[in-house]
Amino acid sequence: MNSSSGSAAGPSSGSGDESAPRRNSKRPKYSKFTQQELPACKPILTPKWVISVFTLVGVIFVPIGIAALMASNSVVEIVDRYDTECIPANMIADKVAYIQNDTINKICTRNLTVPKDMDQPIYVYYQLDNFYQNHRRYVKSRNDAQLKDADKANKTSGCDPEKTTKDGSPIVPCGLIAWSLFNDTYNFTLGNQNLSVNKNGISWKSDRDHKFGKDVYPKNFQNGTLRGGANLDPNKSLNEQENLIVWMRTAALPTFRKLYGKIHQDLKANDTIMVTLENNYNTYSFNGKKKLVLSTSSWLGGKNDFLGIAYVTIGGLCFFLATAFTVVYLVKPRKLGDPSYLSWNRNPLGH
Amino acid sequence: MAYEDGDPPLSLHLLRPISESPLRLDPLSRSFPSAAHRRASSTSHPSHDIHLPTPAVRHGSRAESERLASSQPELADADARLVFVGDPGRTDPHLQLAGNAIRTAKYSPLTFLPRNLFEQFHRVAYIYFLVIAVLNQLPQLAVFGRGASVLPLAFVLLVTAVKDAYEDWRRHRSDRIENNRVASVVDPRDGQFRPKRWKDVRVGEVLKVFADETNPCDMVLLATSDPTGVAYVQTINLDGESNLKTRYANHETTSRPIGDAHPFAAGLICCEQPNRNIYGFLANMEIDGKRVSLGPSNIILRGCELKNTAWAIGVAVYAGSETKVMLNSTGAPSKRSRLETHMNRETLLLSAVLITLCSVVSICNGIWLGKHRNDLELSQFFRKRDYSDSDKNYNYYGIGMQVFFTFLMSVIVFQIMIPISLYISMELVRLGQAYFMIRDTNLYDESSNSKFQCRALNINEDLGQIKYVFSDKTGTLTENKMEFQCASIRGRDYGSGKVPLQDNGGTHSVLAGDQIWKPKMSVKTDPELVALLQSRVETEQGNQAREFFLALACCNTIVPLIVETTDQKQKLIDYQGESPDEQALVFAAASYGFVLIERTSGHIVVDVLGVRQRYDVLGLHEFDSDRKRMSVIIGCADKTVKLYVKGADISMFGVIHKTIDLDIIRATETSLIAYSSLGLRTLVVGMRKLSRNDFEEWRSAYENASTLLIGRGRLLRAVSSNVERDLQILGASGIEDKLQQGVPEAIESMRQAGIKVWVLTGDKQETAISIGFSCKLLTSEMTQIVINSNSRESCKKSLQDAVAMSSKLAAISLDSENILRGTGSSRIALALVIDGNSLVYILRTELEEELFKVATVCDVVLCCRVAPLQKAGIVALMKNRTDNMTLAIGDGANDVSMIQMADVGIGISGQEGRQAVMASDFSMGQFRFLVPLLLVHGHWNYQRMAYMILYNFYRNAVFVFILFWYVLYTAYSLTTAISEWSSVLYSVIYTALPTIIVGTLDKDLSRRTLIKYPQLYRAGQRDERYNLKFFILTMMDSIWQSLAIFYIPYLAYRHSVVDGSSLGDLWTLAVVILVNIHLAMDVFRWNWITHASIWGCIVATVISVIIIDSIWMLPGYWAIFHIMETGLFWLSESRIFHLSLACQPSKGLDRMVQTHNPITLSDGVLLWSCFW
Repeated sequence: MNSSSGSAAGPSSGSGDESAPRRNSKRPKYSKFTQQELPACKPILTPKWVISVFTLVGVIFVPIGIAALMASNSVVEIVDRYDTECIPANMIADKVAYIQNDTINKICTRNLTVPKDMDQPIYVYYQLDNFYQNHRRYVKSRNDAQLKDADKANKTSGCDPEKTTKDGSPIVPCGLIAWSLFNDTYNFTLGNQNLSVNKNGISWKSDRDHKFGKDVYPKNFQNGTLRGGANLDPNKSLNEQENLIVWMRTAALPTFRKLYGKIHQDLKANDTIMVTLENNYNTYSFNGKKKLVLSTSSWLGGKNDFLGIAYVTIGGLCFFLATAFTVVYLVKPRKLGDPSYLSWNRNPLGH
Repeated sequence: MAYEDGDPPLSLHLLRPISESPLRLDPLSRSFPSAAHRRASSTSHPSHDIHLPTPAVRHGSRAESERLASSQPELADADARLVFVGDPGRTDPHLQLAGNAIRTAKYSPLTFLPRNLFEQFHRVAYIYFLVIAVLNQLPQLAVFGRGASVLPLAFVLLVTAVKDAYEDWRRHRSDRIENNRVASVVDPRDGQFRPKRWKDVRVGEVLKVFADETNPCDMVLLATSDPTGVAYVQTINLDGESNLKTRYANHETTSRPIGDAHPFAAGLICCEQPNRNIYGFLANMEIDGKRVSLGPSNIILRGCELKNTAWAIGVAVYAGSETKVMLNSTGAPSKRSRLETHMNRETLLLSAVLITLCSVVSICNGIWLGKHRNDLELSQFFRKRDYSDSDKNYNYYGIGMQVFFTFLMSVIVFQIMIPISLYISMELVRLGQAYFMIRDTNLYDESSNSKFQCRALNINEDLGQIKYVFSDKTGTLTENKMEFQCASIRGRDYGSGKVPLQDNGGTHSVLAGDQIWKPKMSVKTDPELVALLQSRVETEQGNQAREFFLALACCNTIVPLIVETTDQKQKLIDYQGESPDEQALVFAAASYGFVLIERTSGHIVVDVLGVRQRYDVLGLHEFDSDRKRMSVIIGCADKTVKLYVKGADISMFGVIHKTIDLDIIRATETSLIAYSSLGLRTLVVGMRKLSRNDFEEWRSAYENASTLLIGRGRLLRAVSSNVERDLQILGASGIEDKLQQGVPEAIESMRQAGIKVWVLTGDKQETAISIGFSCKLLTSEMTQIVINSNSRESCKKSLQDAVAMSSKLAAISLDSENILRGTGSSRIALALVIDGNSLVYILRTELEEELFKVATVCDVVLCCRVAPLQKAGIVALMKNRTDNMTLAIGDGANDVSMIQMADVGIGISGQEGRQAVMASDFSMGQFRFLVPLLLVHGHWNYQRMAYMILYNFYRNAVFVFILFWYVLYTAYSLTTAISEWSSVLYSVIYTALPTIIVGTLDKDLSRRTLIKYPQLYRAGQRDERYNLKFFILTMMDSIWQSLAIFYIPYLAYRHSVVDGSSLGDLWTLAVVILVNIHLAMDVFRWNWITHASIWGCIVATVISVIIIDSIWMLPGYWAIFHIMETGLFWLSESRIFHLSLACQPSKGLDRMVQTHNPITLSDGVLLWSCFW
């Protein structure tokens, strides 16, 4: 670009000089743009401005923070870690052997007490700790084309090492994510009454409609040497197997919750819920934890005090700064744009 | 000084060699049959600058000419090119010589792809891109999808390729037009001129060029419409000089009858191989058994236009790509700006950071793998083994290899730590800055109709950091419009102010038939002198005065041109020549009644006080910088032969007969001192009557010397020195060179800005000092240190004295400062005046160090009588010994070496040709434009570029650190939550435009403020806007901000059902908004373009993220909509938004620092934000 403009300028500049009478002026055309004089506003942080901005921020942030804190407090949450409790005492030394042994009955019973009234819907989550669903080997091990389209069952690229069976026929759904589907089950009873858990509508509608095919059925699934997790009903299409859809939205962090289902019933404080669970899923091989979580929700989501505290803190800090600056401004006012503060006025020698 | 080894840089070939004078003998000279006479070849050897070294050197110093001479191959037979005139077949039987077709286009359709890619990959940045992309293609390392990794590189390559292709297509088109132009060429079969396309012209063919036509190839002149073989050419396409130059056909060929079937067929030209020296040509021609030599005045180069000559016939000697103009077509010199050099240093630091990050990740990964060694097989998220494939491990090669792969993968993931896009942004910003500089009406010069030109595009920001300005005097500080002021004749002073001068211009007009010819310009005359000249009384004084003006009228190389006016009866005589001094002298002579009317090859016609007289020019010795004078041998009508010499005073007093007229010499010397203290340029004129013997002796020596092919120049100099002796002094002239408008103010501004101005001039010391005073460079309060020595020892001594003196003065001023603390400057200013003679003993010896010490403590340095290479040497002295930036500004060829040596070279497009402009990085019309250029544009360019570089570092670092924090939560497996497409688009779409816009348009301070407070410029000199401290602060800032961006969503969404893609989208939007708001907060002035780009970019990012999340194939499908449904999203976003507004520690720190310690940070910011 440079070279072309340079060479173009050369001859043209010459021809201008050569004939004096018709010499056309090369004076650049004046415009506000070319003279860099476009109308512009120049925000100046005057003391009043800064103080009022800080005050305003404080005024807005403290109420938001308080509202967030209240929302978080209104959420009732029951968390129960059961992976350690649900091992028979004689198997504690070798948890992996316990979990891998299919002949042992894995049923386990837990009693949970409701601390406060819980309004429906009550969300049932399972929480896994230390499970790297965001591990590179893991997140990549899936094939979205295969999940959506029945004709693309052979598309298993990226699914290593859970791509095909030993004889080479493709696994549907392939990949480590599907293979490792969580397979603990929970049943809740309140007194004698069975609390039904609604497992429909727990996944994203967009996933059901567009990501998982209506006519894609599991094939050769969980037939390998090593069993990773749950099996799928080969007669249900993938878009109906919502637990798989939820599981395949891989979590962002190694500690995560996934929605198991919803209980549409209010619970009263001090109710005791009995949970009958099947402790099938192997987290013992990597020191993972399993937790069952029952929680109500607020406009903010689940229980989380962090944002509320943060907002209140920052709002408070802004109030403090506003006050501090006001004091400075009143005690030691300084003229805006005082040239005597310029370095050459302060230090006559320059540097 | 940098060129001392090896070949001189190519551009220096553009300087004119003085040594090889073209000459020719003319036995047919009528009035003096026996006298050899030689034509002036004024064109290539300007003799305009007689008083050394000022103007003379402007066209090449002695050192240069010698170097050029030595770099020019001697014409040995082996190297020579033989051209058979009119016989291209014999000249070039195997078609080995280049045809006349030219090809400036770089590519053909076939070679475009490989060659263009090869050239593009010369940039290190692209190679980095490529290596990363290739690494990513390995299956073990595939971090990004294939498309995402190759796309950015492909995009950049494609854009550049399209641009190159378009430019090349334009070159192809112009080549085609050029090659298909038609020239008139002799058909060897019948000797008739027939039209032939340029591209078919071959070496050896005879061509005919008509007036105003462009010459198709380099050709040796054989004949012209002028019977004496003169042709005038304009070389504007070659060197941009618009004045006419004279070229001569050799007499042997001019005398042949035209229309002969094979008029020149017998000739054989033996010339040097093609080279790029456009001012040199060495050849000889054998014709009719005689051997005559040819020089640069016998050749017309391709691209010249024939003027004032009906036609010219010549033989092609170099064609096509071998022509001198094509050999010289190279671009502007490439320099690298200081900011960019510093930036590269910081880029290395960034690479270190990158390597650290990668090492941390890979080592942690190794530790993690080691700790979980036994879990890897059963962990669902790792599952080491692939059971379907005979139980081999899948993509697992042991911990050592895993660590290694992780390292490479992390390099791929964190690649944008090195901001490659910055290089492209910088080019765009510089383009924008150049646009604004070119379009600035304040840099447009009305008088020369020249606007600012950016010839080098990559050093714009250097303009904001200049510490030393090295300025030429003539034509730079002054206008280089010479005006004759006064003369000292026979020791008597005329016109220097005692008597009021009369403006009687036009009284001396010449009658030619019924027409009146008038000189185009008139000079004020001294009535006393006019009376003396016109008095009929024969006095010694009157005779001498007449001789003096006759000498002025004829001892030059000026060509008078008759210009038509609207009035039929009246015509103007314009004097064309390359030296403004000579023009001034000839105009002066004309005003006093000695009007030069005609100059042809062998004679001149001068109207002497109304009587037309013809003088034969028997010989002419060009000006050269060895002799520092020129002379002409004139045969008068009364058969006497006179030698007129004019030259610099030192050189002239050496050859003047000292025994007679001693008091006249003394008086003249007194006048000379008086003139130069008035700032006038002086010349001394002398004459000598030659006896018959003297003349014959000279003639034979001259003929001998001029037929030589080797060492011709040296011998000719000896011949001329031999005859130029025992002169009778006629007088001296004083020519005023007016100061350019606004120079003193500009110098004062620059002084306040902390810029040291050094003047390097070829003028005499007195002239230089007086100019120094008149342009306020020197003031009467200054203590002058004058170094004026003729030997090494005395030089050493005066330097040591100067060092002692300066340190003593410094001590005094320090003392007084202690006493009078805070009451203004009490420092004693020092000025160093040094001359070229002393510099000979200082430069390139150990005394340099002493000079450097003295010069740095002096406020002003004036170097007088310096040769061009010494100028470059002085610039190099400061450039190599300090970190400060140097700028050289000049207008003439003698400034070329200095302009190229300095960090920034500026050419003044003024009176003296365009060689300085061609060699410069920037060119403009006036010296005073330096003030807006440096203080305003330089400041802006520097500030903008510095900010943009830091911002780009910050922007990319924030992003990389966010990726890095996330990697810590993925078992060091380098997963990115931010989708790969967002990573790719981050520095392209999400954040690119605002930084370019702000880097081009933002103004920290207004033009008015910058001009009013030149002190603001010091920020650039002290690297205040970009330095290591700022870089480290920026990096800490980016770490802090990345922590905030990462951990606020992390803590808010911890223990929730959030999936990776959603959180990734949150982070993407957060980081883009944050960096754009960060930029917005740093913007000084908001205009609509800034608003549009910043807010537009944020909107574009949201749209891009939505588009990416609408692709069902990607894991993040619909994630953005789901996360936007949660209240946490908005709270986190606004939290980050607020954070960016209120809680940026660096901003707070900046403000605090500025409140309490305004000296350390830019003063300019203070002018508007003085509270915090």
